[in-house]
Amino acid sequence: MKTAVVVFPGSNCDRDVQRAVTETLQTQVDMVWHENTKFADDTDLVILPGGFSYGDYLRSGAMAARSPIMDAVKKHAAEGKLLLGICNGFQTLTEAHLLPGALIANTSLTFICKRSYLRVEQTDNMFTSSFKVGDIVQYPIAHHEGLFFLPPDELKELEDAKQVVFRYADPQTGDAGAKYAPNGALNGIAGICNERGNILGLMPHPERSTFGHLNGGSGGDKFWKSIEKAFNERGAL
Amino acid sequence: MGFREVGLSESEYKRIIEILGREPNGLELELIGVMWSEHCSYKSTRPLLKTYPSKGKYVLQGQGENAGVVDMGEGWGFAFKVESHNHPSAVAPFQGAATGVGGIIRDIIAMGARPSVSMDGLFFGDPDSIKTQNLAKGIVEGIGAYGNAVGVPIVGGKTFYSPSYNGNPLVNAFSAGFVRLDKMASSQTAKAGDLAVLLGSKTGRDGIAGASFASRELDEDSRASKPQIQIGDPFEEKLLIECCLDLLEQKLIASMQDMGAAGILSSSSEIAHKSGCGIDIQVKQIPLREKDMLPWEIFLSESQERMLLIVEKEKLDPVFAMAKHYDLDCAVVGTITDNHRYKVYNGDVLEADIPVSILGDTPEVFWPSEVPSDMPQRQNIKLSTLTTNDPANDLLALIGCANGRSKHEIWDQYDSMVQLHTIAGNGEPVAAVEVPDTHRACLLTMEAEPCKCWTDPYTGACETMALSLRGLWLSGADTLGMTNCLNFASPEVPEKFYELQQSIRGLADTCRELDCPVVSGNVSLYNETASGRIYPTPLVVTAGLAVNRDDILFAGRTQKDDLIYLVGKIEGSMGASRYQSMKDGVPLGKTVEPDYKAEKDFRELARKTAHSHLASSGRVVAGGGIAVTLASEAIASNIGMDITLAPESTVESLLFSEGGTRAVYSVPQDKAAEFEKLWSGFPCRKIGKAGGDMYKWNNILEVRLAQLKKTFLGEAK
Repeated sequence: MKTAVVVFPGSNCDRDVQRAVTETLQTQVDMVWHENTKFADDTDLVILPGGFSYGDYLRSGAMAARSPIMDAVKKHAAEGKLLLGICNGFQTLTEAHLLPGALIANTSLTFICKRSYLRVEQTDNMFTSSFKVGDIVQYPIAHHEGLFFLPPDELKELEDAKQVVFRYADPQTGDAGAKYAPNGALNGIAGICNERGNILGLMPHPERSTFGHLNGGSGGDKFWKSIEKAFNERGAL
Repeated sequence: MGFREVGLSESEYKRIIEILGREPNGLELELIGVMWSEHCSYKSTRPLLKTYPSKGKYVLQGQGENAGVVDMGEGWGFAFKVESHNHPSAVAPFQGAATGVGGIIRDIIAMGARPSVSMDGLFFGDPDSIKTQNLAKGIVEGIGAYGNAVGVPIVGGKTFYSPSYNGNPLVNAFSAGFVRLDKMASSQTAKAGDLAVLLGSKTGRDGIAGASFASRELDEDSRASKPQIQIGDPFEEKLLIECCLDLLEQKLIASMQDMGAAGILSSSSEIAHKSGCGIDIQVKQIPLREKDMLPWEIFLSESQERMLLIVEKEKLDPVFAMAKHYDLDCAVVGTITDNHRYKVYNGDVLEADIPVSILGDTPEVFWPSEVPSDMPQRQNIKLSTLTTNDPANDLLALIGCANGRSKHEIWDQYDSMVQLHTIAGNGEPVAAVEVPDTHRACLLTMEAEPCKCWTDPYTGACETMALSLRGLWLSGADTLGMTNCLNFASPEVPEKFYELQQSIRGLADTCRELDCPVVSGNVSLYNETASGRIYPTPLVVTAGLAVNRDDILFAGRTQKDDLIYLVGKIEGSMGASRYQSMKDGVPLGKTVEPDYKAEKDFRELARKTAHSHLASSGRVVAGGGIAVTLASEAIASNIGMDITLAPESTVESLLFSEGGTRAVYSVPQDKAAEFEKLWSGFPCRKIGKAGGDMYKWNNILEVRLAQLKKTFLGEAK
């Protein structure tokens, strides 16, 4: 599986994702500057990393969604290849309408950086097929705009279509939902995929729990391995 | 414009005329006035700072550069420095603190290092006052907004409340970065014919003459100083970091200097002076944000996110190409010369022509020093007022008070994980980060003991320094070096100058005795308002090296059934302890005298303990005494403790006295014999056992672990 990480001006988790993927999967990772208009032909997975693209001085991810590389990102996804947005990358995917919803300011109106626990809600996609529904994983969050929002009817559609992949949860009981969301996300939604299952966006950072000796904790490596396994078995959708 | 308006004294002005052989013109007077200000010249402290030990086996770059650099091994250097941004933060908390973070990060870039880690020392006034809460909120948000966006993790710090900081909060920003030794940059390597290139933001009217602003007391007029406050843009800074690192990677920069206080003036004159050259600057070439700026405004502007690069002529094109890639402004603004003159041209008009040395070799000032007349009162501790009638309640009060409780509400707002190299971060007594691509780690402690420095500036400073070293040694680290931020009131008041002098003497003596070189630092004076002066507040950040990160001993890892040991004396001093200050309302009494023999023995044994993996957890005795130290360990490890230790003097002294070479260890039972053998030449006693859900001291106190936790987290009541 060949991976590319898009680097927007202001991205700051690009090198972190590169390290997590490179060391976990022993694979090549291209760093692609936002001014490029295409990826290498054999690119299988594109990752939009966390950070503050263009300073996030407009809405988070709004400028990045209009960046030159985004046409190539949309084309890549339309071909059924894998597209992953983490944190600012998730915000960018919603701004680019590749995923529904919007990420708005946390209810605390503060930036929150801490470990967060998530329940895996569905596994019929290219990213979580190695997990079981109900599994609890720990990926840290670090954001100021992480409250996932959709109008009630669209939220219901999203839930009915089983597009919610990760929900904030209590690690002790396994319960998940709005009351466990540190940011006030509706229905406790932390990550969603598109209908086809080849685009995933999530606010928490799996790369931050990929190296167990660091302060982000452990367990993130399984996420990368799951993507690789699904890709090896199924290829592009 | 007279010399007084630019902050010069009559004798200083006479000296300028003597050096120039004529009267300076208006622009020249402005330039000299700022460079001779306290903030830029350190004129009151330079003679004192020379007493610091500067050499050490790991020191690659000591004081005099943008930041100190120590050798981490395997080809890596570690550049680090702490700097104050007190006055701006008092007037505009959010922007003041944010630009403090941005400013120190550029010092690290200027060494060629990727900014890798930040810490912040925050000193706030009365925690119950609305004014303090508003200032604290703005300052914390400012630090977070800048640090989070620029992508440098904040891995620790210190927050301290005391009414002495009412109206004059302190913001000490520490930053550090790793640099390949063959990629290190310098501000001393410009040569004649090279071009001076300004990279980054356009120059505006923000922060004009901020250096003079920081060189006097805060008064009612300070509110009118808002134009002197700089505005931060972390996005621009992030681009500046990446651009400078790429330029250095391709060896396109001959020399570089960040633009902090006194902007273009100080950066250009410093680079020329340190490189032994002169410089011609063309005002019209400087990209401006506002129309009709006068030359003096341009030279003194402290607009943020700018770097001064010195570039060889033939490398100019690739430098401009790189700037364009990052969408950064870039302009040639001057030429390095060999005539040792600092010349400012405005088109064809020569506006200033002075020797570079007049800007670089600034005068020193010697202030009279006098023991504060109230020193006997400060040191007069009345032990009778300190008797504890309810030790459990006193313990909870110490853990739950503003200075004792968890600061998670602050640090949850900081990204502590970005860059994927934080091993131990906020909430841990010692921070640890990976050295890139190695199994090594850099350990950091930040300490300040303002109460102890108030009651005795000398021993207070000694204890501050020793405390920072003990933490590193306990973790197993070797001492790399120290950087310090000296926050004091006006040096012109003899009693305040005494505090400054004695604090520096304490830090210098302890560093010399304990082999810790001082590699960088910053001085902030005139920290006072009409209502009062701050406590003497020397803050130190000390760095240590762990060759193998698996050999680091952390705190908060106590296991069930571990035996608890105390090494060092049972009791310290009640003087200026957290308990004493709480009971009396003001700090009184001296802390313990330094005992360097004990420190050195501890250094050797503590490091062996870590390297031999003889303990599962360890923690040096700090604020609140042994009882609070053990309670912190119990909370962090989520385990109860049963302690049996009798007082030598009083119960309160046993539980809450502070100071001296003391630490607690949690030792697995099968390693107890070996642990005891190692520590046989040092005071060491088994004092209890870990387990259960109670924290108890036989016959003295008993508290549920859950209650300790709630109190610590501020959730009680």
